[in-house]
Amino acid sequence: MKIIKEFGQFIKMFNGMFRTPENRKMYWKQFMLQCNDIGIGSLGIITIISVFIGAVSTLQTAYQLVSPIIPKTTIAQIVRDSVILEFAPTLSCIVLAGVVGSKIASELGNMRVSEQIDALEIMGINTKAYLILPKILAGLIMIPLLIIVSMVLGIWGGRLAGNLSGIIDASIFDKGVLMDFLPYNVIFALTKSFVFAFLITAIPAFYGYYVKGGALEIGKASTRAVVVACVLLLLADYVLSFLML
Amino acid sequence: MIEIKNIKKSFGNKTVLKGIDSVFFDGKCNLIIGASGSGKTVLIKCMVGLFQPDNGEVLYAGKNFFDISNVQKKNIRKEIGMLFQGSALFDSLTVEQNVMFPLEMFTNDKYSIKRKRVNEVLARVNIVDANKKYPAEISGGMKKRVALARAIVLNPKYLFCDEPNSGLDPQTSLVIDKLIREITTEFNITTVINTHDMNSVMEIGDNILYVFQGEKEWEGTNKDIILSKNEKLNDFIFASAFLKDAKTMRTIQETGVIPEGIKEELRDSIEENLNIDLDKDGFIGKN
Repeated sequence: MKIIKEFGQFIKMFNGMFRTPENRKMYWKQFMLQCNDIGIGSLGIITIISVFIGAVSTLQTAYQLVSPIIPKTTIAQIVRDSVILEFAPTLSCIVLAGVVGSKIASELGNMRVSEQIDALEIMGINTKAYLILPKILAGLIMIPLLIIVSMVLGIWGGRLAGNLSGIIDASIFDKGVLMDFLPYNVIFALTKSFVFAFLITAIPAFYGYYVKGGALEIGKASTRAVVVACVLLLLADYVLSFLML
Repeated sequence: MIEIKNIKKSFGNKTVLKGIDSVFFDGKCNLIIGASGSGKTVLIKCMVGLFQPDNGEVLYAGKNFFDISNVQKKNIRKEIGMLFQGSALFDSLTVEQNVMFPLEMFTNDKYSIKRKRVNEVLARVNIVDANKKYPAEISGGMKKRVALARAIVLNPKYLFCDEPNSGLDPQTSLVIDKLIREITTEFNITTVINTHDMNSVMEIGDNILYVFQGEKEWEGTNKDIILSKNEKLNDFIFASAFLKDAKTMRTIQETGVIPEGIKEELRDSIEENLNIDLDKDGFIGKN
């Protein structure tokens, strides 16, 4: 029953976002601010996890492919496809759900509790459109870009680890990465990242916007937002993989 | 002028407002007083449209806020300024940006004009050299004054203040009260203040509405309050022994009559403190 109520409230919130802006310039400013927060703000963590994911993938793949009849280029192919299909979009987005999601939920929650949202409402500003929509739009643009960066860095991390550990030479890795490359995989990964971006931004925004109480409730809302976003993200991952692969 | 008619509001099974009527006048400080949980914040939130009342009307210049179109509502909201209990300043913006926010959102003026207006209102609330500070870097009293500056920057017709003195020391509270009073008369604003600060009641209460358990219990001015015989109001306003004595002394000053039932010691104390002689009926200077 609670889920149905929350879903109804979510739809209502979503519907309320699409109104004519009071001042387009201010909305644009807010959008750019969110792009900076979500995109540039998350670049550091995405860089670190992507490089390490790629590196670990190379080492673990090489560890499992012990047969001399399997060419070493296969390691690069496996790393490439794992990174593009799963690691870059899914793992990065789970991390982003924690980083970006908790920030959105706690920011809006704090604004709600400290009556900043009420102050905006009284000024005649549509707070759903002004506070939530720019976050979702910024997420839809910046998160897929972060995923592209993650893919590149993940593969580069794998190449670096392979080369440094002496498992696979850089030139062989490069050859393997280009071998039998399917551009559709990138399209699939980007489709996932759009869906994930929506979940990462919209769900925490919902929990933060409707928070009631004080600091404790903000913390609870933030945790709940991240948990729900992660669960839905994994569910969406399965559904999209089932439908598109 | 704002008029409210038969405002009712419930949350689940709990009825918070049980049909309140009142009128709030232009150029006056209209106070809503009442104990915590009496429904005054809910009433003020119904008045500004943050809550939809279950029944009743809120009339801004004769137009019911809940019967008009969204565009008309927005236009009325642009004429409303509100000072919140916790100031509600935007944490991520500086003092100057906070005050400039309504101007940026609703005007197309040049930056220099907006900045001039911001400096004017900040000077009006006695804030100097704090333009570049963030809300976290200023005191509670300054936050209230900055919030007041933000509330009046668009020259509102209606100013709502939700417990403007909460968390402030008595001296700062008086400064805030004085500012609200001056701004109200200077710009002929309809100011509605939700408070339980007794200094505010006595200092700026041009028109006072006392709400008791969701109902209008009493209405009058700060002068009427002294002479009021409403027991619930007196219990609320003059809750401490000190305030009860103060009321008694003020009543004697105003009327020249000692209220019935007063103790002999208090009578002696009054005679001594006010340097007057009271006869056995309580009249001044007859014996």
